[in-house]
Amino acid sequence: MKVLSEDRTRKLFEKLTKYIGVNVKLLIDRPDGTYCFREKKDRVYYISERLLQLAQTVKPDHLVSAGTCFGKFTKTNKFRLHITALTYIAPYAPFKIWVKSSAEQQFLYGHHVIKSGLGRITENTPKYQGVVINTMSDIPIGFGVVSRSTTECRHADPLATIAFHQADIGEYIRSEDTLV
Amino acid sequence: MDIVNEILEKEQRKTEKYKPITVEKHLELEIDVGTLLASDTNDLDLKSLRSESERDLCLQSLARDNTQLLLNKIWELPTERIDEAIVVRLPTPKTVLPRSKPVPKPKPLTKWQEFAKAKGITKTKKDKLQWDEQLQKWVPLYGFKRTAAEKQKDWLIEVPQHVDPLTDMYEKKSSEKSEKVAKNELQRLKNIARAKKVKIPRVGLPVTSDKASATQLSTAAVLAKASTASLGKFQDKLPKEKEARGKGIHELIPGKERKRRAPIPTPQVEKENNLSLIDRILNKRPKIDMDKAVSKHINEEQIQRSEEKKSMKPPKGKRKAGAQTNFSAKKPKAGKGQRNPGKKTPGRKRR
Repeated sequence: MKVLSEDRTRKLFEKLTKYIGVNVKLLIDRPDGTYCFREKKDRVYYISERLLQLAQTVKPDHLVSAGTCFGKFTKTNKFRLHITALTYIAPYAPFKIWVKSSAEQQFLYGHHVIKSGLGRITENTPKYQGVVINTMSDIPIGFGVVSRSTTECRHADPLATIAFHQADIGEYIRSEDTLV
Repeated sequence: MDIVNEILEKEQRKTEKYKPITVEKHLELEIDVGTLLASDTNDLDLKSLRSESERDLCLQSLARDNTQLLLNKIWELPTERIDEAIVVRLPTPKTVLPRSKPVPKPKPLTKWQEFAKAKGITKTKKDKLQWDEQLQKWVPLYGFKRTAAEKQKDWLIEVPQHVDPLTDMYEKKSSEKSEKVAKNELQRLKNIARAKKVKIPRVGLPVTSDKASATQLSTAAVLAKASTASLGKFQDKLPKEKEARGKGIHELIPGKERKRRAPIPTPQVEKENNLSLIDRILNKRPKIDMDKAVSKHINEEQIQRSEEKKSMKPPKGKRKAGAQTNFSAKKPKAGKGQRNPGKKTPGRKRR
């Protein structure tokens, strides 16, 4: 488990800010202990300090992962957020999209969200904002990037994409061997 | 008597077929029996050489005479008989043959040879066997039974204090040996390259084909950049230029010292660092949403303009009745029974 370099932590936080905004601070200083980010084989893990100390008792070659994998750094040093970070992002996201039950399956198979599948969207969502996508019963099913602002959404035609798919919980089955 | 005469005549006729062994020459031939060389310096009979009919005969007789003289000389040497063949041992040749190839140039000295010459070091001959104190016997330095003796000595290798206790000392020894062999080989090749005046780059493999590969070019670029007085510290880099990778190039990249692994910060320090980093990132984000501001401004302008238009309509004055044609007036549609009696415009003239 390596400490992230300055450059990499900055990239990680920038990515997280796109989805959660100011609430990134809440990820670091939590009431129930300090959490930190560690990296192993280009994957970033979010673990509490206590758990990290326990993980360090294991031989590094034998340790596969510890904590929650938030995502990984690609070969060209860009950070990619995985679905496994959803539980930590969902409660803090300021902008959300609610998807109709009919379009849920489409999204869970990896397609983008189209206007006809859009249920609700938070007010004043700027264009290209990172959002968390929920079902109509407020269950987070993934996250993505909106392609139109809220006002533009109203005037869009029914088959236009509203949000680009980034990650969905269907990936737990589709790509379970690459998620860690 | 007749029979004897007959035999004698026969013999004479036989010998007359062959020319005599003795040959008369004005000048003696220079004969080197060792190389079977006979040099005839007598004048040639030019007249008979030039004439067509006598030429062949003249040349043949000349050749026969000279060969006869050479063979006479050969027969003068002591003969031996080996396996039913009469053999003559030729003496050492007296004529010196010229060189077929030019004189070889002296080879340039290797690095060690130059150093030894400068220092005055000479080679001391070592014997094959050396007395070994530990084993108390004569041990060969190379060749047969050397490794057996080594094995006897190295039945145990101690791990010294300063070294990691889990290292395999035998493996370490053999790997060191192979490294030495490789180093020696490299130096040998370098000596050859220096002698042949072949240029070898400082880092990386030399260029074999006429075009250098991308890695070789980038290595060369890094080397060139580092060859300044300040070791390339102030050289500009192209915007998308990638740093060269490979063994031995890391030291040459200007300004890139060995990154010492940063000490792992304590949890509190790390937390503070993270929070300050987040603050910096959040501060960098624009506080004013440009698009929103611009669209809001445009919206306000439009509202203002529409209000102005509304307020401008009454002060325009009374309109002349009928002077302006109302282009939006439509022909009243028949059949629907919806005539508009309140309409003031005259409508279309019915023909």
